[in-house]
Amino acid sequence: MRDRFACVTAQLIDADPRIAIVLADISADRFVGTARRRPHRVINVGIREQALIGTAAGMSLAGLRPIVHSYAPFLVERPFEQLKLDLSHQNLGAVLVSIGASYDWPGGGYTHHGPGDVALLDTLEGWTVYVPGHPDEVELFLRAAATTDDRVYVRLSEQVNDAPHARSDGRFSVLRTGTGPTVLAVGPMLDRVLAATAGLDVTVLYAPTVRPFDAETLRVVLAEPAVVLVEPYLAGTSVARVAQALADVPHRVLALGVSPHTARIYGRIEDHDAAYGLDVAGLRSSIAGFATASPSLVRMVR
Amino acid sequence: MHMTATTVSTFTYDDLPALMSRMTGDDKHTSSATSTLDVLWVLYHHVLRVSPHLPDDPERDRFLLSKGHGPMAYYAVLAAHGFFPAAWLDGFARTGSPLGHHPDRTLIPGVEVASGSLGHGLPIGVGLALGLRAQRSPARTFVLVGDAELDEGSNHEAIVVAGARALDQLTVVVVDNSSSSLGWPGGLAARFAREGWAAEAVDGRDHEELIRALAAHHPDRPTAVIATVEPKE
Repeated sequence: MRDRFACVTAQLIDADPRIAIVLADISADRFVGTARRRPHRVINVGIREQALIGTAAGMSLAGLRPIVHSYAPFLVERPFEQLKLDLSHQNLGAVLVSIGASYDWPGGGYTHHGPGDVALLDTLEGWTVYVPGHPDEVELFLRAAATTDDRVYVRLSEQVNDAPHARSDGRFSVLRTGTGPTVLAVGPMLDRVLAATAGLDVTVLYAPTVRPFDAETLRVVLAEPAVVLVEPYLAGTSVARVAQALADVPHRVLALGVSPHTARIYGRIEDHDAAYGLDVAGLRSSIAGFATASPSLVRMVR
Repeated sequence: MHMTATTVSTFTYDDLPALMSRMTGDDKHTSSATSTLDVLWVLYHHVLRVSPHLPDDPERDRFLLSKGHGPMAYYAVLAAHGFFPAAWLDGFARTGSPLGHHPDRTLIPGVEVASGSLGHGLPIGVGLALGLRAQRSPARTFVLVGDAELDEGSNHEAIVVAGARALDQLTVVVVDNSSSSLGWPGGLAARFAREGWAAEAVDGRDHEELIRALAAHHPDRPTAVIATVEPKE
């Protein structure tokens, strides 16, 4: 995904005089050639993330369309007030593209893990959030974002699905239908959700565009009023969106995702998947248990 | 194209205290309330190429009030130069008024940036100057900060970037009323000069000095003008 991002962004900069990229050293090596050709639209501010966002906001104010890139914790968490004030409060747009996701570098530990990024952006108004699951989807979303003036966050990951399924209209894709719960797989979670739900009577939706949240499709496909969220970032991030979508329907929700503090285990990505129950075995166990918990059992517990 | 706001001003510098009184209710104003007054007047009356009739002109100069605290002097100067009716001043900070204790660019004609939280205007100004340069615009960008505002580290990120990118179309004016708690040993001009800026300190009440320093342009270097006023009480 990172390679496709760098390649497409370089093409966009060459093709459209409005497009610029602002960097804080991360991935600067990918834009050396473009910087030579377009020195005024490739800006590396060094390791200065407050200036990263402020500079992007100023370029937007000047009428450019800045793409802003860094590691997820340094793009969203460290300069969060700049996102709130320099972009949202000024009503300015930019395209933020992060790498690193929740634990793409397990050996880096919590300093380099960003499970809270989407939840933080949910405290702000009007952000479009893309969580692509395939390099083709990265390209689709980047090219779409380049043509608007919106505030956009694109969350890249090392974890990738075998095939692209994103729709260009931002709607969820219906990949499987059943009479039991609806499982919403966000971005890179799709392939393992399909594997984990094999043989289960569930509906599977694919959500690479998570904000705005496609409540309409969820309502249309909903069979049993039960929803499983499988999100590659902080567990429960989209629970409020499900609650809004189903405000008039008594329903159950199971929220799967990453814990607020990632495990202090270093190791491999797969070790972290297992630690949060986001591997195929963990997902199958959680989803099957949730699916077999009938509404009558829920009433008895109450 | 010459478009200073002088052509539309029906007010003079001597009218500013009365305009401010419409917001504060006070006949006299403390020096901290007026610390920015002379710099703002000089900018809008003599330096900036801006016009209330061409608010979206891509070639207009940009002025960013980063130090958004105590914006009464700013509002008085904007009203005096025709950006909005002076009658707006009477409703200052009341429900529904476009004029708050911190300015909002989406509510007030002529306001280029919403400010209030300190340390945001200069990084945005750097990006604005970079963006204008990328479009070969002749517009200059001016940012007003306070000496205490420079306590915020975000400014120092921006000062380095502006120096390294040789942003000659950017001018920062620091209104120095000695309000930084830990101070700036060696002076603020030295801080900017170390990063490659053309920097000088002037009397922040002397209009002739301010006009000269703010109008100055230094090839390949951003400009910092330290406008020294009376210490905050």
